[in-house]
Amino acid sequence: MATRARKTKTAVKKLRTASEVTWRDMEVGSILTDAGNASLRRTGDWRSERPILDKEKCNKCGLCWLYCPDAAVDACEDGYYEINLYSCKGCGICAEICPKEAITMIEEEEE
Amino acid sequence: MSKRVALEASHACSEAVRMADTDVIAAYPITPQTHVPERLAEMVADGELDAEYVPVESEHSAMSACCGASAVGARAFTTTAGVGLELMHEVLYVASSMRYPIVMVICNRALSAPLSVWCDHSDVMSVRDTGWIQVFCQNNQEAFDMTLWAFRVGEDAKVLFPVMVHFDGFTLSHVTEAMFLPEQEEVDRFLPKKRQYQFALDPDKPMTHGAFGPPDMYTESKISQEVAFRKSKELIVQGWKEFGEIFGRYYYPVEPYKAEGAKTLLLMMGSLSETAQLVVDRKREKGESVGLISLRLWRPFPFEELRQAVKDAETIVVFDRCISFGGPGGPVFSEVRSALYGIERMPKVVGFVGGLGGRDVPMKDIEYAFDRGREVAEKGSEEIFETVGVRGKVEGIREPKGVYLPAK
Repeated sequence: MATRARKTKTAVKKLRTASEVTWRDMEVGSILTDAGNASLRRTGDWRSERPILDKEKCNKCGLCWLYCPDAAVDACEDGYYEINLYSCKGCGICAEICPKEAITMIEEEEE
Repeated sequence: MSKRVALEASHACSEAVRMADTDVIAAYPITPQTHVPERLAEMVADGELDAEYVPVESEHSAMSACCGASAVGARAFTTTAGVGLELMHEVLYVASSMRYPIVMVICNRALSAPLSVWCDHSDVMSVRDTGWIQVFCQNNQEAFDMTLWAFRVGEDAKVLFPVMVHFDGFTLSHVTEAMFLPEQEEVDRFLPKKRQYQFALDPDKPMTHGAFGPPDMYTESKISQEVAFRKSKELIVQGWKEFGEIFGRYYYPVEPYKAEGAKTLLLMMGSLSETAQLVVDRKREKGESVGLISLRLWRPFPFEELRQAVKDAETIVVFDRCISFGGPGGPVFSEVRSALYGIERMPKVVGFVGGLGGRDVPMKDIEYAFDRGREVAEKGSEEIFETVGVRGKVEGIREPKGVYLPAK
């Protein structure tokens, strides 16, 4: 499993951006033969609210990591968690599930 | 050596599905298609066909199940009619856009309301632009032949499009005719035993089918689909040629009958063409310069073949079994006129609508279409299209008098 994940990542690195892809480059049925390339695409653009994590309140339980439907919560070496805003869609499930209320959702317009 | 048998078109196409060694059948019974899945379910239950028969709860599910089956590389078949095809509509685009070569037999049926289980081509026309290869059959032999051919052409790596085989509900589906059933060995020479598909879903080789298509990718996806779809005509014709070489029956996108040099041509699709042939024979005996064009390939539309086939004609009478409400008349008429627009010596094209909801179209109605068609071509008519077999003089298929444009 681990080997496969690594392989996929290498393949993904060769991906071009959309503006470089012409209709001739489309695979039959627009099939993506290199699965897992979403990690290379910024998919957090349409978020209207973003989660802010307060490390002071966090007890490292990992529920946010477990519940995130988009695997946008990364586990850090120090045991804490970090939200990856590159792919976070702002659904707010992490804030809802956090037993310590360490995560709050704020409007994207706010600093 | 083929065997001469008597079969109705529904059972003829079930036999083709059996001989094609289909892997997955997902179908919901609906009149007049019922005999097709019924016979197939029987074959699977009796062990005559080693396939997964999925008794789905709707046509939407039937097409979805076929997409799934096709995605893993299975040979998939379904069949429906009329309103059942309407319920499938959404998934038809999924099948063609994801390039799953599902074969579907449609026993053409009118659309409600009023409720009608009988034949016309309204169901076909509502799925005209779904990106499926679509062919029409004139008799039961063709129902068998086209079904078998559909697997071969659709699954070709250079094609990979789903195929709809149309035949007229009841007129063919429930009528027993003499036809030839080939030997399994001949079928195996024409159609590979197993489907080959390089993109089959496989847990050991992960890939994504049916990904999200944001605005910066969707257009490229659609253009590549359209280019491939138009190109498929070459392989469609090649498939018919190879079919002919093995089985001795040859098919073409546009099939003329005594059309060469004819001044007036009648153009139609489906089983009515055989009745029309008799009318052409009669009129020819009387010395009238008439002929028939039977359109077999509906999508992708055979533009050049049509232009060649009608190049000597002065008038083309197009017979539709469907109304395009508020539009130019019938969908076939609209396509034909558009295909001929701007060519040198453009013939006059006159549209007729008839045979709706199972209404019989006897020879006298076809004769009338020829005669009245010629008259309209000469003198014109206020009606946007002509009709046959309607009780009461038809008036009012025309634009109202007023013209409503913004003031200058």
